[in-house]
Amino acid sequence: MVAREHEHEHEDHSELSVIAARVRALESVLIDKGYVDPGALDAIIETYQHEIGPRNGARVVARAWTDPDYLERLRTDATAAIAELGYGGRQGEHMVVVENTDHIHHVVVCTLCSCYPWPVLGLPPVWYKSPAYRSRVVIDPRAVLAEFRTELADDVQVRVWDSTAELRYLVIPQRPAGTDALTEDQLAALVTRNSMIGTEVLAPAGPAQTEPS
Amino acid sequence: MGFGPIAPATEQTELLFHAPWEARMLALTLAAGALGHWNIDRSRHARESLAPATYYGSSYYEIWRQGLESLLADAGLVTADELANGGTVGAPALTNRPALQAAQVAPMLAAGSPYTREPPAPARFAQGQRVRAINDHPTGHTRLPRYVRGRLGTIEAVRGCFVFPDTNAMGDPDPRWCYTVVFDATELWGGSADPCSTVSIDAFEPYLDPAA
Repeated sequence: MVAREHEHEHEDHSELSVIAARVRALESVLIDKGYVDPGALDAIIETYQHEIGPRNGARVVARAWTDPDYLERLRTDATAAIAELGYGGRQGEHMVVVENTDHIHHVVVCTLCSCYPWPVLGLPPVWYKSPAYRSRVVIDPRAVLAEFRTELADDVQVRVWDSTAELRYLVIPQRPAGTDALTEDQLAALVTRNSMIGTEVLAPAGPAQTEPS
Repeated sequence: MGFGPIAPATEQTELLFHAPWEARMLALTLAAGALGHWNIDRSRHARESLAPATYYGSSYYEIWRQGLESLLADAGLVTADELANGGTVGAPALTNRPALQAAQVAPMLAAGSPYTREPPAPARFAQGQRVRAINDHPTGHTRLPRYVRGRLGTIEAVRGCFVFPDTNAMGDPDPRWCYTVVFDATELWGGSADPCSTVSIDAFEPYLDPAA
């Protein structure tokens, strides 16, 4: 989905159009000076709108669930293992995977800005970058998870990972019950973006999801 | 902390960009960065240097816009007049690298910028060691969050030797060992905190002292 930009001729003094105008002005200056190329700008946008996103991470997770040797490689050198699937590069140069279990639940944040593993999850959602999430998940992670309707037993240890350096964390959520018959592609389709950040867990598969198609 | 509730959203319920200008802002930031006049640590410092009222009153890409404008001005690539007026521009400055071309985008993003470097000395700390985050409050860029300063944690992992952000923001990579340090929630937030919760940071060696 892409928001449409309104190219009206009349004056529109809404805050949104003021910001849009300033960005247009900035872009014009940079293009006029030859500092940026419009085609490169379009290519960057296209990449993050359509090519790099959480479906990448979902494939990593599905492979980890189904291939124990791959999981072991993820544990040893996550960056190299993720690169086996063709993902890597900017903001994913130093990857670490953390695995949710019955006893430990991981959740990732960047309190200092918005660091996020772009090659496997794409660009971060607004909530991840918000002062509310950044400040509250380190203080009271269970309350934050509850806002995502995620409830954990009191004896499950919650481990919050603050991405303060260039290491980037990918949560491997627990594989839902009732998914033994599914293919790797079908499993990947069950993996949500939020489960790979750690704010959600994956629900057990319903009847419609347990049948291989 | 007073920042209020989070607005949870999923892949399906939220737009990647809330308006076209946000996408343009992302692209301008990456493309301008490719000119080679600042690194990521400098760019983070530019954003976090905004006045707090401005920072918290701005949307995410609005922060990026203000950060980029200050980086461009500091690098001598644009003037304040040019940014204000938009239409009239003076001659371009000489840039460290030529403008990023469309065909270079995919290779650039795929290559990334590995931050690991040869270590200048052996690691000072070892896995399992108890350490205390220093109680230091630098005015420049740092990646030691305030909430761990002075607190006692355990080295979870020795991650390798990386460019040191505090100095790299000013142009000096000064590579240092980096460690994941885990803190009990009760150590950070007090006795009423969840006893079954931890918070970890990735700390550079200068941020840590051995536990007394």
